[in-house]
Amino acid sequence: MTAHVSRARAAPVSVRPYWRLLVAGFRQQSAYLAAAIGGLVANVTFGFLKAAILSATVVAAGGELAGYDVGQMMAFVWLGQAMLGLINVYGRDVLGERVRSGDIAVDFLRPLNLQAAGLASFLGQRLFTLLPRGLPSFLVGALVTGLAMPTQVAPYLLGAVSVLIAMSLSYACVYVLNILGFWLVETRGLQVGYSVVAGFFCGLYVPVGIFPTWLQVLAHSTPFPSTMMTPINVLSGRVTGADALLVIGVQLAWLAVTLALGHLLTRAGRRHLEVQGG
Amino acid sequence: MADFAAKAASSPVAATWRADLAAYRAVLASRIRAQRSYRASFTFDLISAGLITAVEFAEIWVLFHNVEVLGGLTLPAMMLVFGLAEMTFSIADLLVGHCDELPTYVRAGTLDVFYLRPQPVLAQLVTSNVGLRRIARVLGGLAIFSVGVVVSDVAWSVDKVALLLLVVPAATAIYASMFVTAAGLQFFLINGQEATNAFVYGGRYAASQPASVWPRSLLLVFGLAFPVVFTGYLPVLWLLDLPGPPWLPPWLAWACPLAAVWAWLLALGCWRWGTRHYQGAGG
Repeated sequence: MTAHVSRARAAPVSVRPYWRLLVAGFRQQSAYLAAAIGGLVANVTFGFLKAAILSATVVAAGGELAGYDVGQMMAFVWLGQAMLGLINVYGRDVLGERVRSGDIAVDFLRPLNLQAAGLASFLGQRLFTLLPRGLPSFLVGALVTGLAMPTQVAPYLLGAVSVLIAMSLSYACVYVLNILGFWLVETRGLQVGYSVVAGFFCGLYVPVGIFPTWLQVLAHSTPFPSTMMTPINVLSGRVTGADALLVIGVQLAWLAVTLALGHLLTRAGRRHLEVQGG
Repeated sequence: MADFAAKAASSPVAATWRADLAAYRAVLASRIRAQRSYRASFTFDLISAGLITAVEFAEIWVLFHNVEVLGGLTLPAMMLVFGLAEMTFSIADLLVGHCDELPTYVRAGTLDVFYLRPQPVLAQLVTSNVGLRRIARVLGGLAIFSVGVVVSDVAWSVDKVALLLLVVPAATAIYASMFVTAAGLQFFLINGQEATNAFVYGGRYAASQPASVWPRSLLLVFGLAFPVVFTGYLPVLWLLDLPGPPWLPPWLAWACPLAAVWAWLLALGCWRWGTRHYQGAGG
């Protein structure tokens, strides 16, 4: 019954509510300033650890490692730290809790597309983290350890596009993971597994480019490199020109697949859902 | 623990004390039973937990795939560092890791219930769960440590065995204290779970690095403030008779229990500060 109600109301499609959700998400995060500062400290500390071990590795390898010199490796580290707040590596989302508690039925009654609404507020919340966390950690890193960034404009423009796609893709993946709660009673084990695999394959700790070949193939058979490694490669000028367009195309393909999967699972889950009470 | 001691002192008779312990025992036993009763879910949790250890080790292995020696350590030596850190961190995580849940209680206002019960809040929080699934990580850490022992040819002697016996509980205490520190800071940060998590898990990440590659600033944080350098790197220097960098002599490994005491003082300070600051949610 819920399905009928919401479908009838959802008829007039408008972007405005989604834009408002995005702005609200942005403002919601600005309320927790202490948390943002704490996040910055943690981000920077973690960045220094990564910088120490990875620059030692490049030096031990003779100053060049899979195309990275120390400056480029530092760019990898600090771009990654800046992006950490933009994507959801942990896999946990409020959606999963709402599926489990049954509150999701209320969400279905709203005249909004569940997936699009979630994406809008996610983008708002995460873009906010750039101000107190992302940009400052990048600046601190650049000042303390130094890093090599491209001097042309193109990598930054393409990089910005790539970052936005990466964020959307990250949400689309987490959405799929959380919506599985319709069928699984407890998704925590799955979520933990997700966070571990996603973190490793997206290049959170070490660049995918220094993996052994078989592991690179394995990583690229998942959407995760597209959620972080790709925008880092584009922004740092490691991938340029036609190659950059190609990897952005790969990102878009993964985004289309995961969004469609999320959409289908939502439809199926809706039919599967039984909520008690009147 | 100070809360705990204060509570014990305030209980007039030993009988109450025993009754208290019996209450904790009953609570913990029920938690363990509860987790084991959903077999499929528990098995899945175990596999996920084991996966964490495997992938964390893979992060290190990828580096050694590219170079032979890193920060003065070879892969077998790193297996010892990693195994020791992983094992002790996971025991701590199993015992007190659910302190992570504190922000959920604070935000929802349900922490007030803890204040109403006649037991210290920290003791209640610690016994509110036991993450039995983390046993997979303890075993994973132990396995990697054992392989490390075999492939790195440790020349065993009495002092090395003694050091290990000393370090395992002390390192566990250091990690446990970090969870409590993070929980104490949650009272101020409210929505800062990710931030404090990053310190706890960042500390764990730091622990499986050769500390010789750190700049002085990191050494201050992870050698002094959150002394994780005592949980893996320093003991392994002693076990393998390695010199270590001039500012980290191997004999410092014997100070691991002191580091644990210091870490707990810090943790209890943070916890006390946090609970004093907490205003409750009304109602």
